[in-house]
Amino acid sequence: MTLTLLIFPFIAALAAWLIPSNRWRPWAIPAAGIIHFVLTLAAVFFNDKPLASEWIGLDPAGRLVLLMISMIYLITSFYLAGYLHYRLERPNRIFVTCLLCLLGTMTMITWSRHLGIMWVSIETTALCTAPLIYFNKTPRSIEATWKYLLIGFVGIALALLGTFFLSYSALHAGLQPTLVLSELLHNAPQLSKPWLHAAFVLILIGYGTKMGLAPMHTWKPDAYGEAPGAVGTLLAGCVTSCAFLCVLRIYHICTAAGDFAFISPMLLFMGLLSMAVAGVFMVGQQDYKRMLAYSSVEHMGILILGLGLGVPALFGTLLHLFNNGITKGILFMSAGNIHRSFGSTSTEIVRGALRRLPASSALFLVGFLAITGSPPFGPFISEFSILNAGFSSGHFVVTGLFLALLLIIFIGMGATVLTVTQGSEPESAPRTAYREGFLTIAPPIVLLALVLALGLHIPAPLNDLLNSAVKFLETQP
Amino acid sequence: MNSLLNALLVIVLALNLFALGTSRIITVIKVVSLQGILLGIIPLIMEEHLTLAAVFAAAAAIILKGTVIPSMMMRAMRDVQIKREMEPLIGFLPSMLLGALATGFALLFASALPLASEHTTPLLVPASLATIFAGFILLTTRAKAITQIMGYLVLENGIYIFGLLLVGAMPLVVELGALLDLFVAIFVICIIVNHINQTFSTLDTRRMAALKE
Repeated sequence: MTLTLLIFPFIAALAAWLIPSNRWRPWAIPAAGIIHFVLTLAAVFFNDKPLASEWIGLDPAGRLVLLMISMIYLITSFYLAGYLHYRLERPNRIFVTCLLCLLGTMTMITWSRHLGIMWVSIETTALCTAPLIYFNKTPRSIEATWKYLLIGFVGIALALLGTFFLSYSALHAGLQPTLVLSELLHNAPQLSKPWLHAAFVLILIGYGTKMGLAPMHTWKPDAYGEAPGAVGTLLAGCVTSCAFLCVLRIYHICTAAGDFAFISPMLLFMGLLSMAVAGVFMVGQQDYKRMLAYSSVEHMGILILGLGLGVPALFGTLLHLFNNGITKGILFMSAGNIHRSFGSTSTEIVRGALRRLPASSALFLVGFLAITGSPPFGPFISEFSILNAGFSSGHFVVTGLFLALLLIIFIGMGATVLTVTQGSEPESAPRTAYREGFLTIAPPIVLLALVLALGLHIPAPLNDLLNSAVKFLETQP
Repeated sequence: MNSLLNALLVIVLALNLFALGTSRIITVIKVVSLQGILLGIIPLIMEEHLTLAAVFAAAAAIILKGTVIPSMMMRAMRDVQIKREMEPLIGFLPSMLLGALATGFALLFASALPLASEHTTPLLVPASLATIFAGFILLTTRAKAITQIMGYLVLENGIYIFGLLLVGAMPLVVELGALLDLFVAIFVICIIVNHINQTFSTLDTRRMAALKE
């Protein structure tokens, strides 16, 4: 069962590689998405033996991220099939294979309880996503891929050094050097403090680069701006969540070691800095896809800030991970549709999209309201919960800044989104053959329904999952 | 055993400086591959009871870093027809001096670190820090895509040296996974380098400046 879920995406990737038809190959993505989702549901809700071994196993935190990834991937996969249908002139063999491998490596991250395996999986996601970003093979997309790879590799290398430091902290304390999560958690109070602290800083910077926290975020606007919209969904919704899970692991070890007071200020600072940088670049942003990338920087900042507030904010933070992933899907897919129709991502050219593409533009507009935390959508609940935890735990300055930055970002993002959707389109705006179709509209609508539902009521199974993850992260094993 | 280990590490450090001081890209590739081979040998002399798994991992590392990656890089260079690194941000001699300075600091810094008693005599920790730093200099100050990749490999070598302290923490599966990732990474990068050259008619990454705020 475990093995099936872990190996299946790679088999699907191989099968997709072998399918000769460019027209039929993209359908391997939804097919794999459905099977993966069914297997995930079985593993998450009906698996009595969650730990398969010391190295590979599904703990509550991993379970939550796995469920989210599988769900977003499934919904996005139909959009991808629709997208590739419009792009039949381009060979998609590598694209489809890499997409399926990406699903496999992300699944591996959620299952790994060995920090070495986790690291290898994260590096592999970087390799799988590079060909996705330069699918269009324009000079700009090649530049974006180069930056993505180089910055990503350096970040991951630092994370490896941090992982080694972590293992050395056990060795220095006279224990067996190990990278097994359960052993590290068990021995956390004895770990050598200086090495543990150094490990935390390096791992936060390393995996923070993959998450896209400021100031290591510079690859993000380039990569998200140039990648196809659905790839943006997977990057902003799934890959960054996997990187967040990696940060969550070191957070867990540090809190188990009784070092929360050491890591909390750093997390709060990184969180606020990411939000501030995102705010600065979102005000007056003329490229709506780059704007979405900065929005992703902002929300990664919120997640890290939530971690920095500690246990009271943990529930809200984990819920926000879910909400952010789903809402980013709506935004990237609808922005992808607008991009395809206008052939541009600049607000100089793209105006009045509501008339030309009513469904996509409406989704883009509502997605904006949802991501900026307007009720009644999910992010409102999770951001409010983080805010509440901040005030109740006495972090008045941090929470006040958090609130102010949310407001600035709302105004900045709103200006760009309204320019794109409202008004009338310029005479010179180009018109491509793209028309809104079922496959490119239905997936974001499904996501919108989900994020609305999450805002109104958190279903009991998800609530249980979140609570068990919070309990797992706050109790010291 | 320690003296042999230290001798090898001193060679590794010297190779760092050599890589920093030369403008010929082919020399950098050769230096980095030699460094990779030396680092592959070190675990074999460190281990008291050689296991088959350790020999296998070392052999894989030597083959990959000593022959496969250099030949891939050489081919990429032949395809794009460049020989020298031009106009680095920091000149060759200054960057070599910077590297030497960093090595000195690494030695001082490592003696101040809280190390386990068995790790104070071999040069592993300072060599690791100095190599990581040399990698960073190459990565950030060179303009050509290929030299930047060599910088990344030097950086990776530095981290690998630190990993030598942790015998037994990294299982064989993970080590082989990391090597496979490195191979695929270089493969992907060679393809992209080729695309960069075709699209921009240069490997000067400073020409790629369309994406900015």
